[in-house]
Amino acid sequence: MIDLLRKQWNLLLEKRWLVPALLATGFGLAFVIPEYHLLSVYVQLILMYVGINIILAVSLNLVNGYMGEFSLAHAGFMAVGAYTAVLLTMKVLPVTDFPLLFPCAVLAGGLAAALLGMIVAIPSFKVRGDYLAIITLAFLMIVKSMIENIDFIGGPRGIPGIMKLTTLPWVFFWTVTLVWMIRNFIYSKYGRGVLSIREDEIASDLMSVNTQQVKLFAFMLSSFCAGIAGALFAHLLQFISPRIFDITKSTDILIMVYLGGIASIGGSILGATLFTVLLELLRPSTMAALLSWLPSFVFDPLNEHFISHLGVWRMVIMPLALILVMLYWPRGIMGLREFRGFIPRRDREAHHYINPQGEEPHGAIDRH
Amino acid sequence: MALLTATKVGHQFGGLCAVADFNLELHYGDLMGVIGPNGAGKTTVFNLITGVYRATEGSICFKGTELVGKNPNQIAALHIGRTFQNIRLFRDLSVLDNVRIAHHAQVNYTPLEGLLHLGRYRREEQRTIDNSRLLLAIFKLEHLAGETAKNLPYGLQRRLEIARALAISPELLLLDEPAAGMNPNEIDQLMDLIQWIRQEFKLTILLIEHQMKLVMGICERIKVLDFGVTLAEGPPKMIQNHPKVLEAYLGEIPVE
Repeated sequence: MIDLLRKQWNLLLEKRWLVPALLATGFGLAFVIPEYHLLSVYVQLILMYVGINIILAVSLNLVNGYMGEFSLAHAGFMAVGAYTAVLLTMKVLPVTDFPLLFPCAVLAGGLAAALLGMIVAIPSFKVRGDYLAIITLAFLMIVKSMIENIDFIGGPRGIPGIMKLTTLPWVFFWTVTLVWMIRNFIYSKYGRGVLSIREDEIASDLMSVNTQQVKLFAFMLSSFCAGIAGALFAHLLQFISPRIFDITKSTDILIMVYLGGIASIGGSILGATLFTVLLELLRPSTMAALLSWLPSFVFDPLNEHFISHLGVWRMVIMPLALILVMLYWPRGIMGLREFRGFIPRRDREAHHYINPQGEEPHGAIDRH
Repeated sequence: MALLTATKVGHQFGGLCAVADFNLELHYGDLMGVIGPNGAGKTTVFNLITGVYRATEGSICFKGTELVGKNPNQIAALHIGRTFQNIRLFRDLSVLDNVRIAHHAQVNYTPLEGLLHLGRYRREEQRTIDNSRLLLAIFKLEHLAGETAKNLPYGLQRRLEIARALAISPELLLLDEPAAGMNPNEIDQLMDLIQWIRQEFKLTILLIEHQMKLVMGICERIKVLDFGVTLAEGPPKMIQNHPKVLEAYLGEIPVE
């Protein structure tokens, strides 16, 4: 029975219409949900954060997982994208009259971040590992203190009163597009170059991989996505300040990547979703709402000491969860593996060994 | 015309002279061996040719192109392939991807086509896959295409490394101790394999080896290095009886 189900499931996964159908449904839902208030505003907000975090985690995974470097600069790229886009929508582009200028501003944020990504890529030609991590950390600090010292963009006070332009359909659109692009990049000659750099940089150079070019492209794509995520984030939160984009933001993205598993798009999506949802669940108000069905002699939300201190406790619970994951699950949920749906058909077939029984491997398969 | 000419090549690590006054002339279709005791500078010569190190003196010319000062990937793109003394496969990647990566310089599409999977992407990827599978089939590894490289047994890893080196469609192939860790039976197979790929791919081969059986068996010319200096060069027969070579390998022969 289970075998039969599994077989049907695998057949379904092989259908060519599956991905377009899922995307169309998702996009349709993204339009319908806010229109008809199918979900509360709060849940919609969480969904948008999930989307933004997916972009961040998948793009950071490109550098930290696939390339095997350790970049801490992701929040810096986010900041650049956010500030660029916000300046455009507030001071330059008449977004209120032409709503379609918003994606242009977001794109500009991404491009500005990509330009800076190029600058960070240059030290990576010479430096690896811990030293590159320190350089990216320094870069993050430079970005932050530069923003703090430019009065024109609000300095340390930040920019309040940003228009709320980020909507569920836009988040869906950017998430799908960017994840698709990163996936395409990984399954191209450049992506294989990125993987070979992680495995053995000298051997990869000797096997004709132009390592500098490949690193440059990977850093630029990764920071481009971070910039776009930053732009979306700014127009969702409606307030940005340099303090939002500091090392803790980078660490949050790192947690999503390592929780989900390095070198796995599916893993990063899972990691980002889990992280965002868990963090929200650990908010006092959410927890109180979730547990309010219990009889009051078991649990009284208004009186509960634990709940009222959750705000503090979640900063203990999340890192603790990360330590446990690292200890018992060092590769994360999907480390070095991938859902077959993310692997291009051509790649799957090329790796496919048709064994005498003609059986196919199923479910999540090892891609490496 | 010579395929590869090295003239007066020298390399120093700090004050240590690894290779000095190294001269080499390889013609199309040659099969040449480099031997010498450990630390003689054999692998350094390979690293100088492939651009891992930059020669401090002299010049290396491949088909009229100067190699000194070029990056390893530029040199590899000129179709010089190599293997390594201690296997350096991309361990966590699949067998197929190991071979596919070495096609990098021959795959023609722009990053944008790669990002969108458009244009030349499909055709070029299919061509790369077909060629990689063909190479794997030649080395009898095709059924392992999806296997992780590190899971292969030692002998197959060695074979995969040669297949990967052939994926950059080399004219010159540098083999660094291909028989290391092989038993006599496997060495015989390897000798046949080297002869065969040489014919089939029209290769010029330069190989480093400690196994005299292999070197004396297949090489047409042999070069002997010791402390970075060339001791002798010539056909196997001559090398076997060369007094300086015997001295380097066996120590000074006492005069009675």
